[in-house]
Amino acid sequence: MLAATSSLDQFSHDPWWLVLIKIVGVFAFLVVMTLFTIWYERRVVGRMQVRPGPNRNGPFGLLQSLADGIKLAFKEEVIPKTADKVVYFFAPVISAVCAFTAFAVIPLGPVVSMFGHHTPLQLTDVPVAVLLILACSSMGVYGVVLAGWASGSTYPLLGGLRSSAQMISYEVAMGLSIVAVFMTAGSMSTSDIVASQANGSQAQFFGLTFTMPSWYALLLFPSFLIYFVSAVGETNRAPFDLPEAESELVGGFHTEYSSFKFAMFFLAEYINMVTVSALCTTLFLGGWRAPAPITTFWAGANSGWWPMLWFTIKVLLLLFVFIWLRGTLPRLRYDQFMRFGWKVLIPVNLVWIVALAGLRTLQNSGLESQIKTYIMVGTVLVIAAVWVLWPAKEKPTAASGVEGIDPGGRVGGAGGFPVPPLDLEVPPSPRAPRLSVDREPVPAGTVAGDQSATEQEGR
Amino acid sequence: MGIEPVDVLLAGLGAIALGAGVLVVSTRHIVRAGLWLVVALGATAGLYLVLSAELVAWVQVLLYVGAVVVLLLFAVMLTRAPIGASPDLDRPRWAGLLVGGGAGVGLAALLIDAYRWSRVPLPPGTGATEIGTEVFRTWVLPFEVLSVLLLAALIGAIVLSRPDIGAADTETGRREG
Repeated sequence: MLAATSSLDQFSHDPWWLVLIKIVGVFAFLVVMTLFTIWYERRVVGRMQVRPGPNRNGPFGLLQSLADGIKLAFKEEVIPKTADKVVYFFAPVISAVCAFTAFAVIPLGPVVSMFGHHTPLQLTDVPVAVLLILACSSMGVYGVVLAGWASGSTYPLLGGLRSSAQMISYEVAMGLSIVAVFMTAGSMSTSDIVASQANGSQAQFFGLTFTMPSWYALLLFPSFLIYFVSAVGETNRAPFDLPEAESELVGGFHTEYSSFKFAMFFLAEYINMVTVSALCTTLFLGGWRAPAPITTFWAGANSGWWPMLWFTIKVLLLLFVFIWLRGTLPRLRYDQFMRFGWKVLIPVNLVWIVALAGLRTLQNSGLESQIKTYIMVGTVLVIAAVWVLWPAKEKPTAASGVEGIDPGGRVGGAGGFPVPPLDLEVPPSPRAPRLSVDREPVPAGTVAGDQSATEQEGR
Repeated sequence: MGIEPVDVLLAGLGAIALGAGVLVVSTRHIVRAGLWLVVALGATAGLYLVLSAELVAWVQVLLYVGAVVVLLLFAVMLTRAPIGASPDLDRPRWAGLLVGGGAGVGLAALLIDAYRWSRVPLPPGTGATEIGTEVFRTWVLPFEVLSVLLLAALIGAIVLSRPDIGAADTETGRREG
């Protein structure tokens, strides 16, 4: 087991050519993952919408995104006359560079033998590696906001402002959700966090000893949930893809970009998706370690090059969830989205961190386990009592129009900004009873009515 | 006392920070002034990194480069975002040069005179644990006072941005809450 854990000082022993190989490897991994994810997304969404998706180029259409990428690179480049040329050039570069850099500290596997050298499967690691990832993602905001501004056009400017507001807001929730992991693992280095998820810790409740689950996704479930939601917001993905709401902002911050520069933004977006999934795997899903049932009957699952397989499988599963969300949920309205981020995710996160800190302080204190249990149960009871006995919020009275409906008006007094009444009610769909989609092939020459009639008889 | 690569790096990063700082106040492009500020703060983070204070360096990038200046640019773009030079910037050149240059030269003279070539040994731990212990044991009072200051700024921003708060009993106030 000792050979499989990588400690920080192993990184300084790598010769320069090994570092170069690792850099090229990470670069290739990210580009291939991007090409694959684009294809994966189009195919999965296609399946969800009962259509085949791209299936012409290469086996299963796998070469489709490569073809698209090459086509994009050979397109003519259009630069708007009003653009700030220097900043316009640097914005996509910043986006792509930040996206690539963040992946440098993700551990892909244990120490392996590479051309006679023993080296961890990770480009580098620093004691504050997770902070580096957060710093890179916050630097990535510059790419977006500068792209919007430098285009010298209205829609990109609005889209850039929107995306950067979104990314800044959800970065806060994301950073807070990682705090719980730091507290539990006692380290900010990615390889240490993976190592600390190797075995479940022991905990005592009511005098009994339990083995806690080793993955932080289970141990710190609220953090995992908040991390994933804010990761979706951070990467501007559906249902939080307001920055490129086609119906409102044309294409968001990259409206005026074309050819290779647009491809860079595209690349950065997908690499960011891969990176947040990889970080989620590292922080919450045990990193490159094999899932629990495999290690019981196969001891070698956590050594050699196999962990890269587990890592990739976990990342692909998380990417599937991204795509699944996109195929399932409608886009949120901007105010709903901001309210969710600031008024739900962040306060819940803070309360959870305080609760966890209290729990840890209690565990580390020298009290007897019985007294600890009493304190815990007592606190829970007090909170529950306050929750139940708290005076209910007064319902808005009928004086301001129909109950529960926003009457509109003006924000900021009589001379303020007018707001229309937000009373849209979505009527029940007339097709509600027919929600199930029949996938049976319709025989040629059969009218749809006949088909359903025969089905009725069949049942 | 030879010149080591670390000294060259420190001098280079310092020069970048200084040059970018001068450009922040001398450029005529408002948004580019913000970008030069990013370069200056990034170079400062590099200085921390060379001085092997990794945590401080990344926190500097995360907070100053990643959050504060983005918000600054954000505010500039929300109000007006001119591309190109703005001729209507009113900056008292000579007064600014006198105050800024004087303060800079004075501080430099003071620090050079105080330290010159003296070397301080690196304290045993500069990681997150040691900094956390220091901040929450020795420096806990300034830390908490700072957070109260931030809280005050937050409340002030809310009050400034929402003129309906003063008239709390009107319908708008209730609706917004």
